[in-house]
Amino acid sequence: MNGATARSRWPRAGVALPGAAALLLVAALTLGAAAAVALRAEAPGALSAADWRAGWFTVRQAALSALLSVALAVPLARALSRRRFIGRDALARLMGAPFLLPAIVAILGVSAVWGRSGWVSDALAALGLPRLDIYGMPGVLLAHVFFNLPLAARLLLQAYADIPPERWRLAAQLGAEGRALFALVEWPALRAAIPGALAVIFAVCATSFAVALALGGGPRATTLELAIYEAAVYDFDLARAALLAALQFGLCAGAALAALSLAAPLASAPGAARLTERWDGAGPAARAGDALAIMLACLFLGLPLMAVLLKGAPGALSLPGEVWAAAGRSLAVALASAALTLALALPLAALAAALPRRAAAWAEAAGLLPIAASPFVLGIALFIALRPIADPAALALPLTALVNAVMAAPFALRILLPPLRRAHADHGRLADSLGLKGLGRVKILYLPRLRAPLGFAAGLAAALSAGDLGVIALFSRPEAPTLPLLMHLLATSRQLDAAMGAALALIGLSFGLFWLFDRWGRG
Amino acid sequence: MIAIERMVAQSGAFRLHADLTIPKGAFCALIGPSGGGKSTLLLAIAGFVPVIGGRVSVAGRDLAGLAPAARPVSLLFQDNNLFPHLSVAQNVGLGLRPDLRLSAAQAAQVAAALAETGLDGLGARLPDQLSGGQRQRAALARALLRDRPALLLDEPFAALGPGLRAEMLALARAMAAPRGITVLMVTHHPADAQAADLAAFCASEGDAGRIGGARPPAALFADPPPGLAAYLGPVACPPTA
Repeated sequence: MNGATARSRWPRAGVALPGAAALLLVAALTLGAAAAVALRAEAPGALSAADWRAGWFTVRQAALSALLSVALAVPLARALSRRRFIGRDALARLMGAPFLLPAIVAILGVSAVWGRSGWVSDALAALGLPRLDIYGMPGVLLAHVFFNLPLAARLLLQAYADIPPERWRLAAQLGAEGRALFALVEWPALRAAIPGALAVIFAVCATSFAVALALGGGPRATTLELAIYEAAVYDFDLARAALLAALQFGLCAGAALAALSLAAPLASAPGAARLTERWDGAGPAARAGDALAIMLACLFLGLPLMAVLLKGAPGALSLPGEVWAAAGRSLAVALASAALTLALALPLAALAAALPRRAAAWAEAAGLLPIAASPFVLGIALFIALRPIADPAALALPLTALVNAVMAAPFALRILLPPLRRAHADHGRLADSLGLKGLGRVKILYLPRLRAPLGFAAGLAAALSAGDLGVIALFSRPEAPTLPLLMHLLATSRQLDAAMGAALALIGLSFGLFWLFDRWGRG
Repeated sequence: MIAIERMVAQSGAFRLHADLTIPKGAFCALIGPSGGGKSTLLLAIAGFVPVIGGRVSVAGRDLAGLAPAARPVSLLFQDNNLFPHLSVAQNVGLGLRPDLRLSAAQAAQVAAALAETGLDGLGARLPDQLSGGQRQRAALARALLRDRPALLLDEPFAALGPGLRAEMLALARAMAAPRGITVLMVTHHPADAQAADLAAFCASEGDAGRIGGARPPAALFADPPPGLAAYLGPVACPPTA
């Protein structure tokens, strides 16, 4: 990694070659996928009314999920920014949990609370009221808000934390409280952060598969990803699947472009919630409002997790052998995916950090390309490309690891690049003048700054891959499932207790992997 | 008058002990190394750092338990004295009403304050469209409108060049003196302290700071406490006036 330190010079071969190789691989996979689906696709006229409905539903649910998540996050972020209370750190950690929580587990938890036979329905039935029916749009929105409310709150909390302390002091000195304070200090910061938060959440929800598979479905609540899956797996109509994938690529690329241009990258690890020192909100109404916002968020985020823990605990003690076998496959996929993510992102980050400014921006943009694709688009493209030469089902696990790694690489790049750039800027010239090269340079200049972000990025990639229910559903045969796929199969065959037990094992696997890597990073 | 009697202020692990009195209308400079507690003293007077012992009063009013807005002081920070999304006139108008619902008479007051600080005709601009010196003038204009008996300057002119800094200090003095406003100013520059009516030294002692009585600058520099001599270094104190 002994690259040039002055950003105006071109990097040495040791940095340039691996970086260029990673860049080519990522770009080839993403653009190649786009080309493959475009070539294999039918003419756009072949889209049925149901396909257009799926496209419209995808946009509508993603927009509503983003709006609801951000609207609910405003009072929550405001309350968290000005209150210190016992359990605040625990809540901050809880807010990081949905990001790592496998979608299929969260869906089980949300169903256990809000579903027809869930806790809320039980309570309503006890009061003589009708039970809830969340299937379709309500369920999709509930699950998406469960996932994205914490993300929105963290993005807005970051906006709060970025307000200079003098501004709060100035407002306090001028006697600005309540609405005046909101208009003077808070709204300008939130207004700058909200478009980015909306775009990020829209982009995340536009590629939603597991949620739509479990809680949506039916002709009126199908997302594009689900339509691709059904076209490929049930109808075996690859041309239509490719056309839908091309449509999805366009939608994702637009959303990703908006998200990248509007949203600041999260500065801290999930769960970190910095405290703002402010002097308002001492009155009883403000205190009650904040307490209510925090309590409702705790219940909304905590109850589904608690439901999985409570319902999964009995089954977790007697997990059948198939769960362990599936867990073994998921572990292998997760580890391979984490290693591959770093193998792509680290050379890319080193290259982007060492290149002159304009070239660095191009390299970074190319590294972020996979965000424009969705796992399903990549999956379908690989399926189309590999089918003439190999049986994709036989390669299900390596392909899943590869797609997950390519999809995680942009996140890892965004985590690794800032500390690498800081290392260059702060001590690059000093390292040059001391003649630090090769391994010595890596050990002294880079590793101390990169260890924590490397651990965090690897943990994130492993956890996301372990919990992935997307590409694997496309490739895998039911007889050799990963843990999330097995869970889905158990849940859909009404073996709910076994599914809950498997959910607990999956939580353990995802969070355990993240914890191990992140802990290594923190030394 | 600003009276600080055996005050102890706590900011995180840092503890500041201060004991000094500044007569009404005086211009006092606070000099000393970074981390000694100069800014902490100003923040404690303004109500942003808790005072855990002793007494602080301004114009005879005990400040204990008073919210920042209720304190008879105006504080100017080094940066971020203006809200970037409000015009210069609106920023100054905040000194009269935080909700900016100004009467015609109040709008005229804002215009007069802008004129007095040399910002005539710039009221409609955004802070980004002003120079650093003009931004601090706008902050001074607001402090002037707030009409508080004490003005606390936490190095608001530190980022300006020497000539502009001297000009801004002269403006602050010219505004404060006729109104009988007492000024307490943090500085790193011996020349600024030299030009003040009084100067106090802020000594750093690890996790603690200590600020002693204010003296005429000539007396302070002629017989500097050991910490001040070390702070100023071998080039020694500036020649006394």
